[in-house]
Amino acid sequence: MAEVAAVQPRRMPGAGKSWGTQRRVSRGLTYLAIFILVLIFAFPLYFMAITSLMTQFETYIWPPLLYPKSWQWKNYIEMSSKVPLWLWFWNTTRITFLTVLGTTLSCTVVAYGFARFRFPLRNLLFLLTLGTMMFPAQITLIPQFILFHRLGWINTFKPLTVPSFFGGGAFFIFLMRQFIMQIPRDLDEAALIDGASYPRLLTSILMPLMKPAIGTVAIISFMGAWNDFMGPLIYLQSNKFFTLAVGLRYWDTQPALGELSLTHLMMAMCVIVATPCIILFFSAQKIFVEGIVMSGIKG
Amino acid sequence: MAAAVKRRHTGTGIYGAIARSVGRSPTEVREAGWGMIFVSPWVLGLIIFTVGPIIASLYYSFTEYDILGSPVWIGLENYARAFSLGKIIPAFAQIKGDRLTGLAISKTLIYAGVLVPVGTTGSLLLALLLNQQLRGSYLFRTLFYIPSLVPSIASVMLWKYLMHPRVGLINSALAAIGIQGPGWLDHPKTALMAVILIGLWGSMGGNRMLIFLAGLQSVPRELYEAAELDGAGSWGRFANVTLPMISPTVLFNLILGVIGALQVFTIAFAGTSGGPSYATWFFALHIYRQAFEYFRMGYGCALAWVFALGVLFFTWVQMSASARWVFYAGGK
Repeated sequence: MAEVAAVQPRRMPGAGKSWGTQRRVSRGLTYLAIFILVLIFAFPLYFMAITSLMTQFETYIWPPLLYPKSWQWKNYIEMSSKVPLWLWFWNTTRITFLTVLGTTLSCTVVAYGFARFRFPLRNLLFLLTLGTMMFPAQITLIPQFILFHRLGWINTFKPLTVPSFFGGGAFFIFLMRQFIMQIPRDLDEAALIDGASYPRLLTSILMPLMKPAIGTVAIISFMGAWNDFMGPLIYLQSNKFFTLAVGLRYWDTQPALGELSLTHLMMAMCVIVATPCIILFFSAQKIFVEGIVMSGIKG
Repeated sequence: MAAAVKRRHTGTGIYGAIARSVGRSPTEVREAGWGMIFVSPWVLGLIIFTVGPIIASLYYSFTEYDILGSPVWIGLENYARAFSLGKIIPAFAQIKGDRLTGLAISKTLIYAGVLVPVGTTGSLLLALLLNQQLRGSYLFRTLFYIPSLVPSIASVMLWKYLMHPRVGLINSALAAIGIQGPGWLDHPKTALMAVILIGLWGSMGGNRMLIFLAGLQSVPRELYEAAELDGAGSWGRFANVTLPMISPTVLFNLILGVIGALQVFTIAFAGTSGGPSYATWFFALHIYRQAFEYFRMGYGCALAWVFALGVLFFTWVQMSASARWVFYAGGK
């Protein structure tokens, strides 16, 4: 008790003037650190956005302009006359949409099976599922390519979308299973007694309760499909099937086009690739952040 | 009530027949049947897209296969080439070793060896900064997070521009204060470092930071108060309360970070093409080149197995070392 009394006065707020000053200084330093960090993290993106709206000449000026003198929205139109930008955008959208649809639907169903039913070999199968998460994607890359090559699926979107309809991957199944297991079984039993079938139980009782988890899976799989580079690189070989990611790389490797002199156009394309992800983040920030955290803590 | 449900399915029909033969109640059989139906897409997918390919990959790794012909069994030759065993084992004397494999391993280890410790520490520091209840911390969190939302291919293109040796923003700024900037991605001595910096920019404020932040916020206040009463300063509170309490999160982030870092591909592929002078010749790039540019599918599979075993090894090491430093507050 005496010890506590001896320690406490030192911590009384406003006990000494110097303590307050010290506090203000440390607050100031914290804000300075944050300012520098914001500069490092966010400024390059701001720079990307403004460069995409400059004239070619303005990209050379030193010191660099902090905003374009005249907003060159026509850069975006010029870019789309040089490469089939909107076709690539549409391709990326289609692949992403199908992947998200396949992943959310099939992983919900599969996770329901793992979470609520007892059947032979269930635990072994689930362990095997978790085990596949340990392997890097490279191990299946080549045999999958050979498989899809034999099926005649090269230069189609199928290798990128069809697998997602088969459970969508161990990680999503795991995440969804954990979520379903938190939902009390009483609801299931009540619905079954009322005569609901198992599929009916899933669609009308559980799925409405699973909205946050479904949202999380949709967002993470959207980011994965939209940003995927190696998949489209391997499977999409002709220009008209490209996604934005491989299109961007294609533009960069064209000797006459990818020259640094056309940086403003290159940045315009970067903006187009990045914008949907950023919009998604801002429009679903809550689910997004909670989902990431949920995956981190449950995983 | 339960009896009523049970009776509905007794006797006749397929459930009744199976139930009698396995000695279980029809309800249980019905449940098992539905369960198997629900997981069946995944079972199929697991066989077709994961387990099957993993086994096929092992088989192909003992063959020479250019995808147009058919695979030819060559035993351990691909592995002998990968590790240049010709010099050591006389049986493989005629096989030319692949110098690039060793190089790829060392470049990948350097990349992961710098990126993971620096990146994880950085993410933790950012999370600590955001956890101080500052005004605007919500905004700062968003600003730190945004780079990780940018598709890696776009961030590579952006940084190629910013790091351009002559006209890039960074070197221009350095020149303005009288410093001759490095060649960044264009110079063999600095390319690996430049790739690491791009990797850090895209990952430090990302998911890892959010997970750390949630971990920090879940540490009970009472623990800090107790530590304070015991006379712990801010460092003492961090080392004795914060760190043990978030250690499971640290382990999770480390394991995922290592797996991700070892697979580095896009930055090197689009940023440097593995160069200059093989300075950024990472393992995933090495596999890609062998398989999809030279169509050495067999050799590519052998490399992929070496790679997978390497990744598994690092995960295993971290898991087994974790018993010494990870603290589970709720017991294990």
